[in-house]
Amino acid sequence: MGQIEWAMWANEQALAAGLILLTGGVVGVAGQFKDWQFAAYGVAAGVFICLLEYPRGKRKKGTSIERTGQRYLTVCVKAFGPLTRNYYVRAGLHAVLSVPGGFMLPTVLGCVCVAIASLIYLLAAIRGEQWEPIMPRVESKERPGQSMKEPPSNPPPRPPAELRRKRQEDAAYVNPIPISVNSV
Amino acid sequence: MGNWVVNEGLSILVILVWLGINIFLFVYYYIVYLDERFYYTRVLVGDALSWARAPAACLNFNCMLILLPVCRNLLSFLRGSCQCCSRNITRQLDRNITFHKLVAYMIAFHTAIHIIAHLFNFERFMDAQLEQNETIAYVLSQIGNEDNSSYLNPIRTNETNPTFVAFTTIAGLSGVASTLALILIITSSMEVIRRSYFEVFWFTHHLFVIFFIGLVIHGVGEIVRGQTASSVLENKPNICATQYKDWGKVPDCPIPQFTGNPPMTWKWVIGPMVLYVFERLVRFWRSKQKVVITKVVTHPSKTLELQMKKKGFKMEVGQYVNLQCPSVSQLEWHPFTLTSAPEEDHFSVHIRIVGDWTQQLFEACGGEKKEFQEAWKLPKMAVDGPFGTASEDVFRYEVVMLVGAGIGVTPFASVLKSVWYRYFNNDTGLIPKKIYFYWLCRETNAFEWFADLLQSLETQMLERGNADFLSYRIYLTGWDEAQAAHFTVHHEEENDPITGLKQKTLYGRPNWENEFKTIAGNHPGARIGVFLCGPEVLAKSLSKQSINHSDADPRGVHFIFNKENF
Repeated sequence: MGQIEWAMWANEQALAAGLILLTGGVVGVAGQFKDWQFAAYGVAAGVFICLLEYPRGKRKKGTSIERTGQRYLTVCVKAFGPLTRNYYVRAGLHAVLSVPGGFMLPTVLGCVCVAIASLIYLLAAIRGEQWEPIMPRVESKERPGQSMKEPPSNPPPRPPAELRRKRQEDAAYVNPIPISVNSV
Repeated sequence: MGNWVVNEGLSILVILVWLGINIFLFVYYYIVYLDERFYYTRVLVGDALSWARAPAACLNFNCMLILLPVCRNLLSFLRGSCQCCSRNITRQLDRNITFHKLVAYMIAFHTAIHIIAHLFNFERFMDAQLEQNETIAYVLSQIGNEDNSSYLNPIRTNETNPTFVAFTTIAGLSGVASTLALILIITSSMEVIRRSYFEVFWFTHHLFVIFFIGLVIHGVGEIVRGQTASSVLENKPNICATQYKDWGKVPDCPIPQFTGNPPMTWKWVIGPMVLYVFERLVRFWRSKQKVVITKVVTHPSKTLELQMKKKGFKMEVGQYVNLQCPSVSQLEWHPFTLTSAPEEDHFSVHIRIVGDWTQQLFEACGGEKKEFQEAWKLPKMAVDGPFGTASEDVFRYEVVMLVGAGIGVTPFASVLKSVWYRYFNNDTGLIPKKIYFYWLCRETNAFEWFADLLQSLETQMLERGNADFLSYRIYLTGWDEAQAAHFTVHHEEENDPITGLKQKTLYGRPNWENEFKTIAGNHPGARIGVFLCGPEVLAKSLSKQSINHSDADPRGVHFIFNKENF
């Protein structure tokens, strides 16, 4: 189990928890339940947690896969510096955020899920993990063969032109125009 | 022209039937709770009752289904005994994990509806109990205060709140426990976690035990109440509802009596639970059989080959086994494709070293050491399997296209070896007349252990004068300048500088459009099996090509795409 980055799982759990808290809050408010104020809190806290947890952090080992469109939120989350980088802070934050959810049935499930996410983040923090933003790549590699407009950037190794000409008899077709030294 | 129906038709049918049953159960049980028996219940909670019970029925159905696709041994048995069935049916069994995931999503969906509906139920029951004035809700909630059995409102006092009730009833507690288990299972099953931290996924998934226990005891409290059949005859809701203040005082309308529904879930899930327990027992028993490592070979590119023997072990080409090494980890089992042929006296796997478990296995098998290892020093292994995969179907087609990417070539190692043995033994049952083999690889080192096999095949076929039987292409998808220089210098030589084979290594990715077109042209009217073991992207591409190049005419050429991946 040595290679596990707990923060990855904590992140999935926290995102799901945020959604559950949000849904519970919406039910509480829309149904005009008693203590609906806690449900309203659930909506706000749920949205906040979702926004905070949506950008995935960069993995220490292996490729990090971004969530769709997370780039804009990554910038926002990154702006808070150590507050969002440190997982102890996140664990504490989630623990605190979960408490008011426990006062009303619709948000209880969200409360427990956020608390569990907080525990997993605590574990991640103890193991020294940190949130690093996934920065966009400079440009993507051009696949060979897909663009015919430019010469290949990494052409397959070929022997010099003279040797290639010698193998003309093996070619699949015979070029009707004789090849000169300058043609490639 | 596309022949999508041949490739995908049966799967779509299965999914539609499953969705249809879900919809039917939902609507049917929604209507059941519109019945007269539940009139008074609905006075208290309205439609939320039906909205809670309908997904509950669907949950029963889906929880019954979810255990079945993961009974590997059962499926293997079905596959084996289905030799007479068409290829199409057995292919559905390969998509077991996809089905398992679909059912899981459906369970999550219905759980959400069920919980939201019950949130309303709890709130409305509480409201009814808190009524001060003598409304029908108040009267209904008071019923059953003397004796504890004929109550309607499961919340019995007004000095409580829904949260407290949820955590002090069996239904509430078991519901919360099951839902938490479900949420943890789902978050740890996300692709990111599953692919990179398999152990977290695997161990958390065992929370399903809690899920099922919670599920079975969920209805024991019988808190969903409706009028008893005899009470409905005496106190007809359409007549007596308006006279609620006079219940018990007027002969026409005695006080209604209520009872709960007995738990039904166990009837749905008991069968699959028993099957699954049986499945785990079979896995355990198989794993206890003695396995001996007869040979350990370390290959370049961090690959370890283990040759083993086990009494009574029978395999087919391209199957996989689950390996456990107790000295490395007591609890972990990992799947590996068998790279040996059924005709050999041992079975072998090639293991790529990618993580903790594989690294420790490598060290336990003496991979680090250069000198000869005594047999008794090698670790004990446990083997579960073999389990069937699509590769078994390779021999059912006259023409086959085998595509392996990187380590994905391993099942085809088994296929080609088996072909070699059958060729060697002049096996007339050898159905494939032509094999096209594509190997896509990034590093040149990975060639070594496989190149030997290809060399033997090449020689064999030349001797038999049937060099056309196996046509293979090796594609090197990544190279650097040093390698490029080396290739350029050795371009003229008869044997390929990398593999030593007569067939030259090609560079870059294959042009699948051309390949399919050529093969279709060479074999008109044939059924061509396309087998891939590789990444999802390639699977999509090949699947599309198979559909596009298959004739709409049933007598024309057909490409049947089979995919396996772990």
